[in-house]
Amino acid sequence: MHAKSRGRGWPGGKTASAANRILAMLLRYLYLLRSSWPRTLELLYWPTLQMLIWGFMSQFFYQNSSYVFRAFGVLLAATLLWDVLFRGQLGLSILFLEEMWSRNLGNLFATPLRPREWALAMVVMSLVRVLIGVAPAALLAIPLYHYSIFAMGLPLVAFFSLLLAMGWGMGLAICALILRKGMGAESLAWLGAFVLAPVSCVYYPVSILPAWLQHVSWALPSTYVFEGMRAVLFKRGFEIGYLLRAAGLDLVFLVAGAALFLLAFEDARRRGALVQMGE
Amino acid sequence: MATLAQTGALPHSVTMAVPAIEVENLSKRYPGAVAVDRISFRVALGSSAALLGGNGAGKTTTLSILLGLVRPSSGQVRVLGEDMLRDRYRVLPRINFSSPFVDLPHRLTVRQNLSVYARLYGRQRQREQIGALAADLRIGEFLDRPLGELSAGQKTRVALVKALLNEPELLLLDEPTASLDPDTADFVRGYLESYRAGSGATLLFASHNMAEVERLASEVMMMKKGRIVDRGSPAALLRRHGCATLEEVFLSIERQPQPQLVAAP
Repeated sequence: MHAKSRGRGWPGGKTASAANRILAMLLRYLYLLRSSWPRTLELLYWPTLQMLIWGFMSQFFYQNSSYVFRAFGVLLAATLLWDVLFRGQLGLSILFLEEMWSRNLGNLFATPLRPREWALAMVVMSLVRVLIGVAPAALLAIPLYHYSIFAMGLPLVAFFSLLLAMGWGMGLAICALILRKGMGAESLAWLGAFVLAPVSCVYYPVSILPAWLQHVSWALPSTYVFEGMRAVLFKRGFEIGYLLRAAGLDLVFLVAGAALFLLAFEDARRRGALVQMGE
Repeated sequence: MATLAQTGALPHSVTMAVPAIEVENLSKRYPGAVAVDRISFRVALGSSAALLGGNGAGKTTTLSILLGLVRPSSGQVRVLGEDMLRDRYRVLPRINFSSPFVDLPHRLTVRQNLSVYARLYGRQRQREQIGALAADLRIGEFLDRPLGELSAGQKTRVALVKALLNEPELLLLDEPTASLDPDTADFVRGYLESYRAGSGATLLFASHNMAEVERLASEVMMMKKGRIVDRGSPAALLRRHGCATLEEVFLSIERQPQPQLVAAP
């Protein structure tokens, strides 16, 4: 009996399905989350803090600024939605870094786990982390300021999904850069989304930007989301055109991010980096 | 090329049909360094072979290539009859490894770590299997402690349990008893011997420990500067070099400025 025929009857010859392997990685990240309450607290801390700062600032502007007077929640909604993008990208990058910090990549990729399954597990877990972080802050705004972002209704679901998808695309691209450049590039995980914040026009309309910078701004899905959000809050209605353009650009971000990630992974195999990377 | 079949440990018809490992002209070059330099070898099914060599000899790189973690610069690698470069996902469920150079997440408990890996390998009845392996390798008492709190020796045994979770047909081990005290190291070697004998699995390990190599390996491949400079059973190597111990063989090869490549017996 040779190896191939014996392999079929050997217990080790059976393998997990892709769904099972993705579940295994989700389990790994849930264990990680459960293992450290300060880390869970950190997820809640920044969105809540941001909401408090911008909420009180909004109350002040409400009495002193016609812009906020026209729509009280505009700054609060922008703050909370910005956190969806930022936390989506950061959450994914942090999960990736956890494997680097623990020097676990060699063990993981000696199993049948595919890089795309790992990426999918990180994407799902980053959604969980965003919900843990942003939902309590959004709920806390209701008793504090009598403002509910949920009053936006269905457009909120669209804005949330579009920003999260952009965060994932950026997160995957940042993981690719860290795979390529090593742990010296880990600070990119925290800087990534902030680089695009000024041109995403989170708190102000695109028209404020110089004309040449507006072209850059309109190349980002986030710009359409925040312009769309202001349109809803200023009662101009839901702009389907913004939604479609943001979705199209998100697709580009996601495909580019995933392609960069997979290419960087193969490059890391070629350079022997999977077994060397770590703190 | 020497195989266990030639030492008479297993019937020739069984071992030579499909070798567990078949490597031809394998090289791995990095900018400014050659980690593995045109090596060729076979490891017969059900046998136990060792890669022996000093630091930087290319042992860990060779094991990493066999696992698909490192892509070679050139050469062919077949594992359990499959082309490892093209079809590694068909092979990976059937093999496993442990190495002190990669780690498991420290903040997860031992049980959590093992559960994740059991699931990655699609194991049924994970709890029972983890319990049984933990008892076998004497890690049961700290299954619920975070991995980071364990001693180096305890972590080595946890890594070994991880390596056995999928009941591998081929077990690749890098320094399998690193950080273990002599008593535990002896116990682990005994366990590996009985696992191989009981399951028919193939074992390939890299080691600096001569006693370990002599006890576990039927065939030894001596590596230096990325090349296999000699090979054979421990007894054949001792005869050829006129040495009393493998350690003397190792030192003799290491201290030769340019060792001659010795033809396989």
